[in-house]
Amino acid sequence: MTAVDETTDPITETPPNAARAHSHGAGTVPDASRAERVTSYDVADFAVPGGREEEWKFSPLKVLAPLFAVAGGDETAAVEVSGPDVVEHRTGTPAEIGAGPGFRPGDRAAAASWAATTHAHLVRIPAEAELDAPVLVTVRGEAGRTTSGHLLVEAGHHSKGLVVLDHVGGGAHRGGVEVRVGDGAQITVVSLQEWDDDAVHVGQHDVVVGRDAFARHIAVSLGGRAVRISANLRYAGPGGDAQLLGVYFADAGQHLEHRQFVDHEATNCKSYVEYKGALQGDGAHAVWIGDVLIRAAAEGTETYELNRNLLLTDGARADSVPNLEIETGEIVGAGHASATGRFDDEQLFYLQSRGMPEADARRLVVRGFFADIIGRIGLPDLADRLMATIETELAATMPGAHDALQALATAPATPTTSTTEEN
Amino acid sequence: MATLEIRDLHVTVAEADGGAKEILRGVDLTIRSGEVHAIMGPNGSGKSTLAYSIAGHPKYTVTSGTVTLDGEDVLAMSVDERARAGLFLAMQYPVEVPGVTVSNFLRTAKTAVDGEAPKLRTWVKDVKQAMDDLRMDATFAERNVNENFSGGEKKRHEILQMELLKPKFAVLDETDSGLDVDALKVVSEGVNRSLERTDVGVLLITHYTRILRYITPQFVHVFVDGRVAEQGGPELADALEESGYDRYLAKA
Repeated sequence: MTAVDETTDPITETPPNAARAHSHGAGTVPDASRAERVTSYDVADFAVPGGREEEWKFSPLKVLAPLFAVAGGDETAAVEVSGPDVVEHRTGTPAEIGAGPGFRPGDRAAAASWAATTHAHLVRIPAEAELDAPVLVTVRGEAGRTTSGHLLVEAGHHSKGLVVLDHVGGGAHRGGVEVRVGDGAQITVVSLQEWDDDAVHVGQHDVVVGRDAFARHIAVSLGGRAVRISANLRYAGPGGDAQLLGVYFADAGQHLEHRQFVDHEATNCKSYVEYKGALQGDGAHAVWIGDVLIRAAAEGTETYELNRNLLLTDGARADSVPNLEIETGEIVGAGHASATGRFDDEQLFYLQSRGMPEADARRLVVRGFFADIIGRIGLPDLADRLMATIETELAATMPGAHDALQALATAPATPTTSTTEEN
Repeated sequence: MATLEIRDLHVTVAEADGGAKEILRGVDLTIRSGEVHAIMGPNGSGKSTLAYSIAGHPKYTVTSGTVTLDGEDVLAMSVDERARAGLFLAMQYPVEVPGVTVSNFLRTAKTAVDGEAPKLRTWVKDVKQAMDDLRMDATFAERNVNENFSGGEKKRHEILQMELLKPKFAVLDETDSGLDVDALKVVSEGVNRSLERTDVGVLLITHYTRILRYITPQFVHVFVDGRVAEQGGPELADALEESGYDRYLAKA
């Protein structure tokens, strides 16, 4: 890891500081198109949400209130960064580190966070560098505090790398993540929400995919009282291929919300969105909003989005809203699917008929449900840790599992760790 | 020597209107280790209901009668307890388990049935041998359970489990359905291997007689309208091949 203290801005583009030309202010009338949603660096362009706005109607606004404030959110979260030597890391104001060109605040919390952030972090993977180990960024919140932050991941052309952003601790946090993937680069960014039970978090993650580049964003939300992650994807040139993936496990009283907006404007780009979640306990609430826009110019687009929810108990609620806007017929394909269901009794019967006690059978089904996406992170140790967390949560509603099976479930030759995928 | 005994078994299934329909109406069967019993009968006669009732599927309610394994009350056991007691059901339509590989599934099942994890080295060898015997490619182990399996692959996978889990009694529910003759031979060889190597007792449920050309039953029971209408030796199957089930249905 190279620590660079100089503040020379290597990026020539200046962050815009006004709303985009087509923005029409933060009205309460639903937008005719997702493209018309306001984006602005000025917090004044966003009213404090009252709960009737389309983009806030599912969110627990009282709980999230500290994150809409302009004052009081200027504390910087403790951030630790480590990674291979070739990776450059430095901090400064967003302007100093060159943040902005790939990030446009899309709501009150994101704009307030942008305004409040004094210590933004740049992680730069040089052009053509192929990382042999992941970059680890840990954001540590503190109970009783409201913190803001901005992480810029800049991947040079034809670079390859994996960045894991881990959110831990308590308090209220709003954080912007800006991922700029250079031409031909192959980058995975994983955002783990492993917060303490009382933490609240609103984050906006913007990913800009270069020409013929591959980008993958994986959100894993397990902890926190309320978490809302908006992942926005756009393409800076043709031929980009990107995936927005996510898993979440909502417990009693927990609100986990994931919104994606895939904006296809360049030609011949691919996008794939897949979020899977399990819910258990009274008041467990998951929200998935998947917006995909294929603009008139985006010929040759191929897109698919998918959300699956597994309700483990009564009293949990999953809202799942796919939204596909297509402005050109010249595309390869576009589709979406959404399903929310309970445990499949026939699956449980099948596994139990092979001797597995019900709790073990359920665990195996849940493990399998999450295995594919967790496996795509590509870090077996991390996959095992996340699976262990999920299984601990499961144990809350399924006590009395068999010890021998538990040992098996963490053995190395499991599907979560055997998945190695190259793109 | 083990005995699976079914006495005067009556089973109902819940209907859409909230009522219950009686499917099995007094079934008596005794199966001992090493024996092969063919249960034959027309569609809707209750053959599969018998299979699922023995395994404990929640859809079926036993209203009277007993099922015992060496005197132990099988009906009092949960589904998984029945499997651990030594009962196995090869299903006609086994379900997919996304994200769970065959390899993981087999190991987890073996651990559950035996009460301890199998010794890794011999287990890997056993699985490979059993898969080779069933003409299953090694890559099969890394596929997710029943996901995108062909009909023949599903049946091989069921018999693979039977060979590896070594149950005391195996109920094979229409294992021949949907198999071409080559796959039928492979699957039948698997059942015959289990019969040679273990003292498993087999309840072979089938509509057609063709699987009986490869697996020879000592006993044939003809199921009609929820009970055994006739029983005999292998010659009864030959007679059925000639005449079909019409004479039973005409009587009913």
